[in-house]
Amino acid sequence: MNFFTIFGRYIILMGRVFSKPEKTKIYLKQTIREMEILGLNSVGIVIIISIFIGAVITLQTRYNLESSWIPLYLIGLTARDTLLLEFSSTMVGLILAGKVGSNIASEIGTMRITEQIDALEMMGINSASYLILPKIVATMLFNPFLTLISMVVGLIGGWLAAVTTGALSSTDYIYGIQYLFIPFYITYALVKTVVYAFIITSVSAFYGYYVQGGALEVGRASTRGVVYSSILILLADLVLTQLMLA
Amino acid sequence: MIKVENLVKSFNNVTVLDDISVNFEKGKTNLIIGRSGSGKTVLMKCIVGLYDADGGSVFFDNRNFLEMDFTDRKNLRREMGMLFQGSALFDSLNVEENVMFPLNMFTRMTLEEKRERTNFCLKRVNLENVNKLFPGELSGGMKKRVAIARAIVQNPKYLFCDEPNSGLDPKTALVIDDLISEITHEYTITTVINTHDMNSVMEIGEKVIFIHEGNKGWEGTREDIFDSDDYHLNDFIFASNFAKKLKLLTNKQNS
Repeated sequence: MNFFTIFGRYIILMGRVFSKPEKTKIYLKQTIREMEILGLNSVGIVIIISIFIGAVITLQTRYNLESSWIPLYLIGLTARDTLLLEFSSTMVGLILAGKVGSNIASEIGTMRITEQIDALEMMGINSASYLILPKIVATMLFNPFLTLISMVVGLIGGWLAAVTTGALSSTDYIYGIQYLFIPFYITYALVKTVVYAFIITSVSAFYGYYVQGGALEVGRASTRGVVYSSILILLADLVLTQLMLA
Repeated sequence: MIKVENLVKSFNNVTVLDDISVNFEKGKTNLIIGRSGSGKTVLMKCIVGLYDADGGSVFFDNRNFLEMDFTDRKNLRREMGMLFQGSALFDSLNVEENVMFPLNMFTRMTLEEKRERTNFCLKRVNLENVNKLFPGELSGGMKKRVAIARAIVQNPKYLFCDEPNSGLDPKTALVIDDLISEITHEYTITTVINTHDMNSVMEIGEKVIFIHEGNKGWEGTREDIFDSDDYHLNDFIFASNFAKKLKLLTNKQNS
């Protein structure tokens, strides 16, 4: 299938996803359930990765600052800006593309090959909307919290690394993370996160929804979902950065 | 009644259904039989719109299903129930939730009323005290029965069963056949069953349609199926040695 066919099918699917739900109450219940599965269950991995990355950024910056003319508090500033501008949104987005994206593609793909999606259609339910819309809404609402958690935990990780290794003092680090703080960076990161959440969920769901065949194809769809959503995240990162920061 | 007219379907330029016309009668078990790959499942999926037919018409009591838009199709499908080959129960829901699912989606019944209806349907398919079990904890026969209960929970006018006996032992298969037949007559449903099981044909086949390589090869009742002189039908029916011997024995007795 060429690009235009795939893109056309994706648009048609999204058209069905965003049509009027059969029963709003059921969809809301599903959305909360998806928030738990796709969002809450990702908090652990986000915390672990963020704490280590925050620590590593701090140590690497300290290692590269050899000149005594550069004040040490700039290490805190570097860690903060790296986390706020790129890591907590884009890197976490890429990690979630792997975790959440593969989960969505394989779940929907398995439902397709075991005829569960056909069963939904036969009941008169818009299967695309029922299966995909709650996931999209859940991740778009929950992922900004993951980003905020990542920012806070990453900064704590940097502080822990700074203090425990003696790379710089707690005072320098805390002064650095407050120095020349631009609140808009948080808005920028959250906007990116919401866009990434839509990309991860819709692209992975698209590949899962149109699976044909058996377990092997479900695996392939899962891989495709992760790969293409990751590429689109990087593309969106570029576009949004140009639009919001340039 | 379901009326199929000149139905055509191809995949990648290979014709799978070639100009099929057939009527499925109300209150009867209508069986579509044929070899694996003959086009039975494609025919059924085209009738219910899970595959888009390339041409032809399907009338559900004079309503042309293939000309309907997405919303009208959705509404008509609420009058249908379908039993899938692999049961297609929702893995994340238990038996009760599976059966109750269409009621949750389309009715304003209270939880008590929904429970009552669900238990009634489960009892109707001879399943009790399994409400809290998940599909992974059920046997093949039990899954089929839960799927039947789910298919009839909204009192469908049309019931479609795709290979209801696949993967079941002969005795359980008989139970499922009887159940489908009883439900068909009890609620006067238009039932369409895909099968290649000759036991089913002889047990419940009130109307039988034989599909051969995408064409309608023969149509009749189970009573006259053995008298047919259709080569492909005979080849299909008497494929097993047991059936061949049975026919020889019957011929000897007759002569």
